[in-house]
Amino acid sequence: MRIYRYLIPGLFLFAGFLLFAQDAEGDKLKPHYHEVNAYVEENESCLKCHGEVKYTLEDTLYGRTVTQAMWSNLILDRDAYYSGVHRSFMCTDCHSSEFEEFPHSLDVRMEENFGCIDCHGYDETFADYHFEEIEVEFTESIHNMEGFSCWKCHDPHAYKPNMRGTENIKEAIQLNNSVCLDCHGNFDNFMLFTDKEEINVVESHNWLPNQVAHIRSVRCIECHTEVNDSILIAHKILPKTEAVKRCTECHSRDSRLMHSLYKFQSKENRRGGFMNGVIINDTYVIGANQNIFLNRLSIAIFALAFLVIVFHTILRIIKLRN
Amino acid sequence: MTKRLYLYPVWVRLWHLLNAVSFLLLVLTGISLHFITSEGNSLIRFDISVVIHNVAAIILTFNYGYFVIGNIVSNNGKHYKNWRKNLAANLWKQGMYYAVGIFKKESHPFPVTEDNKFNPLQKISYVLAMYLGMPLLIISGLGLLFPETIAYTVFNVSGLVLTAMLHITMGFILSLFLLIHLYTCTLGEKPLTLFKGMIKGYHDSHD
Repeated sequence: MRIYRYLIPGLFLFAGFLLFAQDAEGDKLKPHYHEVNAYVEENESCLKCHGEVKYTLEDTLYGRTVTQAMWSNLILDRDAYYSGVHRSFMCTDCHSSEFEEFPHSLDVRMEENFGCIDCHGYDETFADYHFEEIEVEFTESIHNMEGFSCWKCHDPHAYKPNMRGTENIKEAIQLNNSVCLDCHGNFDNFMLFTDKEEINVVESHNWLPNQVAHIRSVRCIECHTEVNDSILIAHKILPKTEAVKRCTECHSRDSRLMHSLYKFQSKENRRGGFMNGVIINDTYVIGANQNIFLNRLSIAIFALAFLVIVFHTILRIIKLRN
Repeated sequence: MTKRLYLYPVWVRLWHLLNAVSFLLLVLTGISLHFITSEGNSLIRFDISVVIHNVAAIILTFNYGYFVIGNIVSNNGKHYKNWRKNLAANLWKQGMYYAVGIFKKESHPFPVTEDNKFNPLQKISYVLAMYLGMPLLIISGLGLLFPETIAYTVFNVSGLVLTAMLHITMGFILSLFLLIHLYTCTLGEKPLTLFKGMIKGYHDSHD
């Protein structure tokens, strides 16, 4: 029996050691990273700082070492990176190899980053995405300002298609809107691009009935972009004075949502009889989701009731005269 | 001999007036919202319809509460009870009167009395409209007014869609009820007798 007295705590200790050992190794480099990227080890020379919340700065002259916090915008999440569309890349595929020197020189830090169009433009492989048209839309957009680029909304280190082929449109909407609110709901980011005063998105949308329901069910860009039939997500952000404010643009038979949010969804036939049926997979839009059969049936029943009343009235008049 | 029956006390007439006005506004704005075109063509402009519909709905809801409480505390509630008694036979009798008897100038099979102001057909339709249709209409309407309270999905179907369909269906059924109710109110002694009764409170009954 005595052995059990030591065996059970021993097992716990061993299990604890295993857990600790696993944690101690850090497992920052998960096995699947190697499955999607051949340069994981090389990338670590960047991520040992840019994948952490702090980094160490060494002063070789005086032999001092200083630990500093990494600016949050320069921290890269390994999991997000190795599951994003650019997961197979080496850091220096897009960034200068001069970044390998540390501290980075000012010249290299001022390096101009690639835009989407630089790699994806005019390439048949990406023809379906119409990057060229997106570029045109962006240049006509109110976002076309000094210092603004694709990366301000789309993080190339974590980018995944959101709307295209999504099964969960509510989640996609939330993610899409969070991109806008990252600046328009956070003055710290907003002020980097403009000298305008702080805006209050909730107050400026007070005119919108059921504001919460709207923000949950549609993307900001439904009203703040010009509809474009050939690209999935419109990129021509309009000045606020040109944003859609007419309810019937969405709340009507020819709902704008069918040309924007639900444009590429092919579930139309799933909800027989409903106008703009794909919308009711997720929500109900007054005016846009009329059911043709029920519309006709209700009109027929009303007409029938009315005819019976007219017939009954005429008979009463005739009989009263007699 | 004409007998005057005081059937519609002031509180009933007030409730009825408010109910009629708010319901008519709800029907008109509801149709406007449902059948609107993308150019905004409809009976009433969309944004105006939304405001009127919401305000009228809140008035209707409180007015409905007033009606239910009024029926509990006054003896008006008795007119909505015992509606199942001889239901089939009574409905047939009343139906035959509307279909045939009325043209032969037969007398009403269920004359209005102080204890029985509704005929069996009126009674069942009023009970169903007021104690089934209206609660469903109001509850689904409140759900649409506060959509965050609605279940996201029910059996894999959007809760909002189910609520909207219930609301529209009940709205349609009660609008149909309104049409028939208005017509049957012309079937008194004279076409305007019953309307006058609801305005003045008295029903003139001829023995």
